[in-house]
Amino acid sequence: MLKIKNLNTYYGKVHALKNVSLHLSKGEIVTLIGANGAGKTTLLNSLSAIIPAASGELLLEGKSIAGLPADRVVSLGLSQVPEGRQVFNPLTVEENLELGAYLRYRARGQQGAIKEDLQRMFAMFPRLEERRRQAAGTLSGGEQQMLAIGRALMARPKLLLLDEPSMGLAPLVVQDIFKVIQRLRSEEGTTILLVEQNARAALKVADRGYVLETGKVILEGVASELLENKDVQRAYLGRDKKEIWER
Amino acid sequence: MEFLKETMQFVISGLATGAIYALIGLSFAIIYNSTGIINFAQGEFVMLGGVITIFCITAFKLPILIAVAVAILGTTAVGVVFERLAIRPLKNATPLALIIITIGASILIRGLVMLLWGKDTQALPAFSGNDPIEVAGATMLPQHIWIFGVTLLVIAGNRFFFHHTITGKAMRACSFNRKAANLVGISVGRMVLLSFGISAALGSLAGVIIAPLTMTAYDVGVMLGLKGFCAAIMGGMGSGLGTVLGGLILGTLESLGAGWISSGYKDAIAFLILLLILFIRPQGLFKKGETERV
Repeated sequence: MLKIKNLNTYYGKVHALKNVSLHLSKGEIVTLIGANGAGKTTLLNSLSAIIPAASGELLLEGKSIAGLPADRVVSLGLSQVPEGRQVFNPLTVEENLELGAYLRYRARGQQGAIKEDLQRMFAMFPRLEERRRQAAGTLSGGEQQMLAIGRALMARPKLLLLDEPSMGLAPLVVQDIFKVIQRLRSEEGTTILLVEQNARAALKVADRGYVLETGKVILEGVASELLENKDVQRAYLGRDKKEIWER
Repeated sequence: MEFLKETMQFVISGLATGAIYALIGLSFAIIYNSTGIINFAQGEFVMLGGVITIFCITAFKLPILIAVAVAILGTTAVGVVFERLAIRPLKNATPLALIIITIGASILIRGLVMLLWGKDTQALPAFSGNDPIEVAGATMLPQHIWIFGVTLLVIAGNRFFFHHTITGKAMRACSFNRKAANLVGISVGRMVLLSFGISAALGSLAGVIIAPLTMTAYDVGVMLGLKGFCAAIMGGMGSGLGTVLGGLILGTLESLGAGWISSGYKDAIAFLILLLILFIRPQGLFKKGETERV
């Protein structure tokens, strides 16, 4: 589905990603864990063409997406749910979802399919339907996260990038979000690249994981093995500490 | 009784000029919302509307409606070219630098029109004659009705575009959060270009419908532009009803002040209002605090 080879990205003068290589197969959930500033968000933004990649190969279903403008990347089937949700606060919930399908509106002839997708989103997130005419800025953090995910799904992505979906949310809400992620894969067959600081929860839903440190991939493997890995435990999991959603 | 009648007259003509300020204010707000720039060449778009219309009528003997269409399309083209040549190439410039560029562009456009067209003030014939209509003891010109009608249509069209079309919604999204807009596939550059086009079209439309009342010349854009800016400030730079009300209030106060005190103070009144708003309510007269939860 996605193949990244020797990706290098600069943030101003900072060499933020150094020869990063990774891949995702169709239907996989892969997580990217690492401390603050390790380059996780930069990696997602390089994929979404928000920050230009300096060098390297980016292949989506075998087609190169390096150097393409952001709207082309979305139309090829790669959508991102950005860090901090970034919903369009003054617009209504429904308008936010419609804009997720912006490129499909422009392609025309898809009005009916878009309407159906809107209903699907409301079925998946009933809270959003209750609030469909409300300004997105008035939703709670968890609802905004659902909206951000729904907005990205409205583009019918093949590959969904999720940046810190649990950030700043109450533990019970985090649990809901991770359930949604699992449902997306099982019901919609969406391939997911999940960036998380909450490494334990992420590794529990993921098939495989990559550990990023100061712009480099230092470890990769099957999620269950990473969960058992002593170094990962020490650095990212806080060994022996049970989190609330595990009880 | 005479006083009331006079006041009524001032209010009518004030509302008509106010409607023009409102249209120009909206055109300021559209560019501001998509780019964060105050486009000081906006007044020049207004001037071009009137000037090109008159030029088409005198030089090519075109019927007035076609001349108006040519003027609006021509000005829109100027707006689009201006964005392509002067705004887009400077991708990482600060809004302040871009604002200064718009001032430069306004001087350039004004200078070119002066060279090509001369310094004479010319009048556009009224769209449907000059027979006054009696309204509650005051007189109203047919052109006033054109102005009110066109303004209402523009307000309705504006509302429809920004709230009921996907492109309009995308423009609003873009003005709120560019990065997120980019991530759903909205091309920010295209939205900026579109905003310059729409804004130039609106500005020139305002210039065309006021030209039969006030006459037009190469330099009318300066004052009209500033007044429109004042209306937009009163409306908090929003592209909605606030700016329209701002324009109407400004036009009415100006006309009352000119009538009751002295017409010499007409412009002073407008700028006094502008300064007061900037000092006391820089967020605009009608803006509530944003409701937002993070």
